[in-house]
Amino acid sequence: MSAEPIVSVRNLRVQYGTARGPVCAVDRVSLDIGAGETLGVVGESGCGKSTLGRGILGLLPDGARASGEVIYQNRNLVGMTRDQLRRLRGPELGLIFQEPMTRLNPLLRIEDHFAETLRQHHPKLDKAEIRRRSLAALGRTGIPPTRFRQYPHEFSGGMRQRIMIALALVLEPKLLVADEPTTALDVIVEAQIIRILADLKKNTGTAVMLVTHNLGIVAEACDRVAVMYAGKIVEQGDARAVFAKPAHPYTRELLRSTISLETTKLHTIPGAPPNLITPPAGCRFHARCPDAMKICAQTAPVEQSLDDGRRVQCWLHGPHDAIPAGETAPLERKEIAVADEA
Amino acid sequence: MPMKPDPDVTSGIDADDGAIVSVRNLKTYFQIRGSVFDRLTGREAGIVKAVDDISFDLRQGEVLGLVGESGSGKSTLGRSLLGLVPATGGSAVFEGQEIVGLGEHDLRKLRSRMQMVFQDPHAALNPAMTIEQSVGHPLTIHGRVKDRADLRRSVVAVLERVGLAPAEHYLEKYPGDLSGGQKQRAVIARAIILDPVLLVADEPVSMLDMSVRSKILQLMLDLKHSLNLTYLYITHDLATAKFFCDRIAIMYLGRIVEIGPAQAIYENPRHPYTKALLQAIPDPDPSRGLPRDLPRGEIPDAARPPHGCAFHPRCPAAFAPCGWEIRDFMDLLEAHWTRSPEAAATERALIGRPDIPDRPVASVRVPTAPGVTGEQLLALIERIRAEDPAEPFWTGVVALRAGAGHVEIEWEKPFEPRLLEAGRAMAACHLCDPALASRRPVPVGAES
Repeated sequence: MSAEPIVSVRNLRVQYGTARGPVCAVDRVSLDIGAGETLGVVGESGCGKSTLGRGILGLLPDGARASGEVIYQNRNLVGMTRDQLRRLRGPELGLIFQEPMTRLNPLLRIEDHFAETLRQHHPKLDKAEIRRRSLAALGRTGIPPTRFRQYPHEFSGGMRQRIMIALALVLEPKLLVADEPTTALDVIVEAQIIRILADLKKNTGTAVMLVTHNLGIVAEACDRVAVMYAGKIVEQGDARAVFAKPAHPYTRELLRSTISLETTKLHTIPGAPPNLITPPAGCRFHARCPDAMKICAQTAPVEQSLDDGRRVQCWLHGPHDAIPAGETAPLERKEIAVADEA
Repeated sequence: MPMKPDPDVTSGIDADDGAIVSVRNLKTYFQIRGSVFDRLTGREAGIVKAVDDISFDLRQGEVLGLVGESGSGKSTLGRSLLGLVPATGGSAVFEGQEIVGLGEHDLRKLRSRMQMVFQDPHAALNPAMTIEQSVGHPLTIHGRVKDRADLRRSVVAVLERVGLAPAEHYLEKYPGDLSGGQKQRAVIARAIILDPVLLVADEPVSMLDMSVRSKILQLMLDLKHSLNLTYLYITHDLATAKFFCDRIAIMYLGRIVEIGPAQAIYENPRHPYTKALLQAIPDPDPSRGLPRDLPRGEIPDAARPPHGCAFHPRCPAAFAPCGWEIRDFMDLLEAHWTRSPEAAATERALIGRPDIPDRPVASVRVPTAPGVTGEQLLALIERIRAEDPAEPFWTGVVALRAGAGHVEIEWEKPFEPRLLEAGRAMAACHLCDPALASRRPVPVGAES
């Protein structure tokens, strides 16, 4: 990873209260995001990837509790007051949501969205400067200046997402968290948006954390990838290296079950992700893992660093001296009840 | 014996006796409700041609993929086949029975033979009904069961068939207790419980996680073989369609732009829109980079479709006969101003507001703003042209003439593309028409 990280996350935990008990949606996650870097956070529904993105920005709902560290410019964002966080969000940390349809105020012109955003953080800007900065940001995402005074309903879904990205960029944040920014969009428009995000680092130096369920998007747009399963990052490293030679069995199985144009045979992962109210002992993937060993059902794996800088939480990668004798024998797996099949 | 529909020369598709569905020139148009003002002044609010003159056959045991973006009309076409949306013209014959114009009573009888699997499993099941009630409901509606024990036997059998086993575990559950994949299995169970021959599956896996998608597709393949089903698979995802379908029809703004055997479509796509869709699929193979020459913009307003070929405003390969018009000129200006916003204000002040004709015209006049001469406006247009002379728009312009208070643009004669033979498939693109393709300028850059 390049130079000094702009955000360092250490042992971040996020818990939600539910009727059936507390859920640990993000469980002791550590990662770094470097300046100008695009980090993909990938996983399936319920793995905690969106909660991780929001936890880093301090945008958790009232029922949630976060602990651990999110270090930005030598300050821990976890435990900051709402006011302190509000001052950082926007000019320092930006967010793009999944549903562009619902995030713009239908009663405000696009012009007013930009004016409000800029005035909030730069009260001294004059009208001409607001206009200049807004049009520059819109131009970067491909929105013509002729449409600056239109209302959100006059734009298509893809254009609204472009406007959302421009609104985040106009404050020139150091880090942009994009939470499934293309999920509601068609495939060609999705590719257009991904291209805008991929070009960001070239043009602005903004670091991007791209939260997505789509492995293809990560492979095309991200420098590094973090794979999440059941609240934990099970593998992170250079995106090309991880996709070319996944180290964690979950990464490998997820890649194999993704249907692409090269798919000639369907591959599935047996079973379903565990519930996080009472997570399984040991490695959380052990019940579904084709490579599981005896130890995997008992003791949670320790994070290991591989030669290429990758970090992986899997007993297959050691530490081998921590595994008691005989515990590397294949796990005799209970028949995964078809009832648990997704 | 299937009824032969009227022979149709324009569709270019021969009627097929082995088909269980024969669609000929099917049209589903929607009237747009205009504003109060429009109705008072008697102005037409217009129609949306959601399905416009579509013809195809679906053979027994075949999987036909209907692929396109949102707004292409693929879902409306599927719903029209089931009579869920009334078609407004043409013909759709299912097992010898004409569906277009059929009343609800007769349609209901037919629907035991053709069923639908919906996109959103979370919305397709009534949250207040147990799985047994939901899945068994079609049996009750069609009076197929004698008593409750009979119903339960049928529901248990079909649940086990879709992998919800042991079925007893699920009978009393509510949709809220099930995962997305389990719900979709229940939706499929409900669709097959009446022993249909045709399933219309509208995006059955697009709301599901990657690892669950392959499970549901595998289930649908297994059911196809064991129950001898025929599928109409509606999707925006060419990757799952490639794996799943025997034939593919690509739709754009209500029309089929390319149709043929899946293998031919994927190995040698002919229509630029098909090529673009294939190129845009995010690929987990890290050795592939980002596609660079994507079509611009998005699917246009179906109430006012572009003239000529509906795809031409976005098409990287568009050329002279594709139907260039004043709206393309406005888009060109906007793209130019997006690139240089500083110039936008002064340049916009030169141009008046042109009329947008409803149908193709030989030439249009772009009015100048008050106090601006035609020559000044022409100079601006020529400057923009010089920035990117290879832009496809200019192939459609025969001449630019400055007049008093306007610039006249004379257009190339537009043609509407028709489905023509293109290798083993058929494509509606002028590039596949030998008479027109020769007019294409030498392509700039790499052309695959």
